[in-house]
Amino acid sequence: MMIKNTQDYFGLMSKILHWLMAILIVGLFAVGLYMTELDYYDSLYHTLPWWHKSIGLLVIGLLIFRFIWKVINPMPKALESHKKWEVSLAHILQNIFYGLILLIGLSGYFISTAKGKGIEFFTLFEVPALPFMTQNPLNEDSADLIGEVHETLAIILIIFAVLHAVAALKHHFIDKDETLKRMINK
Amino acid sequence: MKKLIQKTLLSASLATALIATGGLFADDYAIDKKGAHASIQFKISHLGYSWMWGRFNDFDGSFSYDEKDKGASKISVTVNTKSVDSNHAERDKHLRSDDFLDVEKYPEAKFVSTSYNEASDGKAILKGNLTLHGVTKEIEVNVAQVGGGKDPWGGFRRGFEGTTRIALKDFGITKNLGPASAELDLIFNFEGIKQ
Repeated sequence: MMIKNTQDYFGLMSKILHWLMAILIVGLFAVGLYMTELDYYDSLYHTLPWWHKSIGLLVIGLLIFRFIWKVINPMPKALESHKKWEVSLAHILQNIFYGLILLIGLSGYFISTAKGKGIEFFTLFEVPALPFMTQNPLNEDSADLIGEVHETLAIILIIFAVLHAVAALKHHFIDKDETLKRMINK
Repeated sequence: MKKLIQKTLLSASLATALIATGGLFADDYAIDKKGAHASIQFKISHLGYSWMWGRFNDFDGSFSYDEKDKGASKISVTVNTKSVDSNHAERDKHLRSDDFLDVEKYPEAKFVSTSYNEASDGKAILKGNLTLHGVTKEIEVNVAQVGGGKDPWGGFRRGFEGTTRIALKDFGITKNLGPASAELDLIFNFEGIKQ
């Protein structure tokens, strides 16, 4: 099983990155929505945000690695059967996905570090706030706005992800081509 | 004509003398916001295990206090609710949200006094209307004057401290924080500069 991509196929690393991040991101979305509705006395009131933040940081780390991996790997060619607009749309959407995940991660980072406090990455280490944030904390309007940005972009991301999944199924069941298979077992 | 000029000069010098003696008739004070010699702090029980303190960093107001007519004293303060500060970014964001202060809907909290009664020991009961979270209710504040007099820079100052306790649900803040945290203590410290 090849780790790197080839001209025609995705390598193991690309597939792992794709599915791992997909699962983590959907999980983050669900937890994000649920944890903000919790009562102060719920036993998960502190636990869920802790997981949400740690996994969020993990996703950003994976995103950076994924971007580097993309740059140093060949990009599998589009299938013969893929129409021009499908290929263009796919490329545009990939950039949109990377951009959305990055912005969601950054906005999340700023929500927690708005007054200079760092974010715990599981029990391993603390990701610090930017050095000037303790002396120059975000003002209240910015902090609240960043919160709304975080939630709104996350919803947009999930909508795109659903469309992306529907498109994959279309290729698999309607076009009956290799698109989905290439991300699984081809 | 000469008498008129004499009278005018006399009144003018008398008025100047009066003003020069420190404005005996002016008993209006502006809270020293610039020097931040004033604070609005609050504390609330956390689970019944400790006191959580916080403050409102941005507020302004004025009061009038006449030693010869203490009962006529009054105060009015306006608070920028967005400036709530409990030294914790995530908690402050939560406090600003519609779970608590809802600062987008209610960017200002206000207190306007209606009566002031000072006892012989200097302690006073200040009554007034507190508007918080869009709800206006009469509250009672226990007030004591800390001191007053000239300052080294040409001004005259007077300072007070006051405390009161309010029930959050009286002002429409219904988020359940548990039975120990139903009430909030407010602690005011104001130094005013005589105008």
